[in-house]
Amino acid sequence: MSILIHRDATFIVQGITGREAVNLTRECLDYGSKIVGGVTPGRAGRDVYGVPVHDCVRDITAKTHVDGSVVTVPPRFTRDAVFEAIEAGVKLLVIVTERIPRGEVAQMVELARLRGARIIGPNCLGILSPEEAKMGGLGGPAVNVRRAFRKGPIGVMSRSGGMTTEICNTLSAAGLGQSTAVSIGGDAIIGSSYAELMPLFEADPETKAIVIYSEPGGRMEAELADWVRENRSRLPIVAFMAGRFMDEMPGMRFGHAGTIVEGKADTTADKIERMKAAGISVAERIEDIPALVKERL
Amino acid sequence: MRFYEYEAKALFARHGAPLLRGRLAHTAAEAKTIAAEIGGAVVLKSQVLTGGRMKAGGVKFADTPEQAETAATAILELEINGQKPRGVLVEQRAGVAQEYFAAVTWDGRRKLPVLVFSDMGGIDIEEVAETHPEHVAQVHLSTLVPFSPFKAKEAVAAVGVTGDDLTRLTPIVASLVEVFLRYDLTLAEINPLGKTTDGRFLVLDGHVDLEAEARDKHAKLLTELGIGKEETRQARPPTRFEIRGAEVDASDHRGVAGNVVEFDGDLGLVIGAGGGSLTLFDAIRKHGGRPANYCEIGGNPSVKKACELTKLILSKPGVKKIAVMMNVVSNTRVDIVARGVIKGCVESGRDPADTIAIFRIPGAWEDDGFKILGKYRVEYCDRTVSMFEAARRAVAKMQAA
Repeated sequence: MSILIHRDATFIVQGITGREAVNLTRECLDYGSKIVGGVTPGRAGRDVYGVPVHDCVRDITAKTHVDGSVVTVPPRFTRDAVFEAIEAGVKLLVIVTERIPRGEVAQMVELARLRGARIIGPNCLGILSPEEAKMGGLGGPAVNVRRAFRKGPIGVMSRSGGMTTEICNTLSAAGLGQSTAVSIGGDAIIGSSYAELMPLFEADPETKAIVIYSEPGGRMEAELADWVRENRSRLPIVAFMAGRFMDEMPGMRFGHAGTIVEGKADTTADKIERMKAAGISVAERIEDIPALVKERL
Repeated sequence: MRFYEYEAKALFARHGAPLLRGRLAHTAAEAKTIAAEIGGAVVLKSQVLTGGRMKAGGVKFADTPEQAETAATAILELEINGQKPRGVLVEQRAGVAQEYFAAVTWDGRRKLPVLVFSDMGGIDIEEVAETHPEHVAQVHLSTLVPFSPFKAKEAVAAVGVTGDDLTRLTPIVASLVEVFLRYDLTLAEINPLGKTTDGRFLVLDGHVDLEAEARDKHAKLLTELGIGKEETRQARPPTRFEIRGAEVDASDHRGVAGNVVEFDGDLGLVIGAGGGSLTLFDAIRKHGGRPANYCEIGGNPSVKKACELTKLILSKPGVKKIAVMMNVVSNTRVDIVARGVIKGCVESGRDPADTIAIFRIPGAWEDDGFKILGKYRVEYCDRTVSMFEAARRAVAKMQAA
């Protein structure tokens, strides 16, 4: 099993005629994902690798069941595109676009909550369930995905898209495949935090352990630590914390939009302490992750 | 992007918040003139983008224009946390009977703006929240339902304020929320919000942080407030090296060579992407390496961009070698980065084999990339070598050189 997506999941791509969207569409199709349509206003009637392009999301949802949408439109159009998909009944939104002001992200998240939809991202590479489906650019072309990702019992969540692949590659090489890998996004406010995705992994019988990649800034790691303590999770968690040098450089932004140390709670030292106190193993190096996982499986 | 106090106050005033009389002076003579215009006691405040102003001697009081001139001279010369003041804000001095705190910021967990109000202003609000929680009210705001002033009233009333004070404070706090929402701020704070001995409420000090992503959207406001496009307003001003790094990134729309940050070491870094750079920078330091810079390449930069970035880093005095490293890449082509960094070495008059301590970028088009690197006898490794181990090899080569 997997979370969020599976081999029969259908999705659309909003902004499908854009350069990056065209690549992403090709990669997902090559990996076997079911893309049932694309949207670019004014371009109805064209196709992208055989995927028909429409003007409106409703043109697709009126005829076909749509599980999700990958949104990859310029920042100033993203909120509108996400609202359109949610109001058309789409329940899973993967927002690839970066540089969206957080006020607009919060509006998307608030509408998603009202309509019972889930947002992954923004500023993320999407979701990948090995041998099932890929929704977004995560892992790149299908041939590269098959080298780095393997099917297995580990759920992966990462604030960095690139490091999602690096970590899955390390796990695969050690014989630890993945149930689903989620690039959750690098912004200060994102649709789904670690703690918000944990219940899904918890409910997936094939997931036996969780690996997360984390960074300075925000309260997501503290939120996860609280969740673990309050929910007596069956899943052991191993975390890797990057950006430790940033503890000495308050006010400077590195890596991602949400990665900045503004107060003590933003530091890696504080996060590591909280996670360890909640029973989460913290790896010093990426290559230490597989052994720490195996110890607790 | 942080505003100076005088800019924050100018923004609040546009939306009806009551301020003390006063304005910004760039010279001591100007400060004297402003003090004379105001007449009577004034306060002079250094305009810096850092805290600890009072302790450092950046705030002074004066009873006459002459005293104001002397105080301004001292303040304008005083560096605070390495920052030279933009100017000195000369304001009327008010008799304050009580200080309040009002701020709007983001609650990352709830993913909503939160209005925080306290009748114990002027001191550290987090401390107040811990020691006197009943004096701190928090009201979350919707980003979809239009804001209405009753939310401000509820926050003010929640700490026990009533009567005329409640009706006078409510519109000031409501206007703060409106400013926060309208301009994509990440912080709008009035602290202290003072009540004078004659019963008026005034903005005594203000903080504003604008989200970097929203700069273009609010370009008109920034122009009107006199904030230049070139002002990054980071924790420290950019160095010449960093400005040139931004120019390299802007010179070509293909891919990213972003966030070039200068450090004082001798090992140049061509690293990426966002998370990979954080991981690799830690790894270099863990092995005792001294980075000359930080950067984030990604999104498949062109040969030219990788080449120019390499040249920039090699032009920094004292840089002996560079390490070229990324996480397993999927959208960036290994061969293109390899071509770019080799070209950068050659155009800098350096031997790539000697200059590139290690090349660790596995992923798309790696076979082509490795072939090119082999031709120039550059040490490279594939995904079986970890990022940490690659960093170790780079540092070891530096130490042996």
